[in-house]
Amino acid sequence: MTDLDDIDRALLRTLRKDAEQSASQLGRKVGLSQPATWRRIRALEAAGILTGRRLVLDAEKIGFGVTVFLGVKLATKGRVSLDDFERAVTAIREVQTVEHVLGLYDYRLRVVARDLADFERVLRRRIMTLPGVGNVEANVLLSEERRPGPI
Amino acid sequence: MLDDLDRRLLRHLQADPALPMPELADRAGLSPGRAARRLERLRAEGVLLGQEAVVDWHALGFALHVSLRVSLDKTAPRAFDDFLEGARNIPEVIEIQTFLGRVDVRLSVVARDLGHYQQIYRARILSLPHIADIESLMTVAVVKSDEELPL
Repeated sequence: MTDLDDIDRALLRTLRKDAEQSASQLGRKVGLSQPATWRRIRALEAAGILTGRRLVLDAEKIGFGVTVFLGVKLATKGRVSLDDFERAVTAIREVQTVEHVLGLYDYRLRVVARDLADFERVLRRRIMTLPGVGNVEANVLLSEERRPGPI
Repeated sequence: MLDDLDRRLLRHLQADPALPMPELADRAGLSPGRAARRLERLRAEGVLLGQEAVVDWHALGFALHVSLRVSLDKTAPRAFDDFLEGARNIPEVIEIQTFLGRVDVRLSVVARDLGHYQQIYRARILSLPHIADIESLMTVAVVKSDEELPL
């Protein structure tokens, strides 16, 4: 998809910040009528560029005070063990994201917990017991910012 | 601070943020009026911060996704500030996180292809100040990415 124009880009930038705006509110911001805005959003969805919405919550206020990024190395490899590992790791509720990566580690996980003691429980009882799991490196998140990106 | 009804409401909304109010209220077992009042309160308390659109970088033509794990030279007094300021000016950087651990900062970088990545890496990333060490993980597959909280 390289045939996006400036208005499409402006729509994407605006929606990434706030996806709850109506088509008429959005249209006013980018200088389009409500129906024209609606058509463009539909087209961006049909092209697979806009894939959905995400609720933005203050994790700390809900009681999840700790976020940890884990690098996981598998001890044993082979197709079967990857499938087993992925099936088991995605079922853990505290695990928010799972990425299969190339490099120092095999998987990158984002894990939330109530506090460090709770994180230790998740790590010991859920992560370290995953099938095929080897070395694990943990880094505790201090701050995070999402950037607009090259749109 | 959050009671069971709040959690139930947020859980259903998190699973499907585009859900219309009557439908959401029905799933949470509340009247639409009560559900709306609760969501209003959660917004006022800063628990519910809003919704953001999810963009598929692949569909936008950014086929490559690399996670850069950076250690900084902490003997430089403004190492973090200078590095973060520089990283914010690189459009292809879509996420910036700081950590407590072996890794100081993580940059999430998107690129069109390997040639484009090499260009960003050499011209922009490596010229960022105070880098002591840098490791890269290239994403092969995203297995789970909903980023939902285990409410």
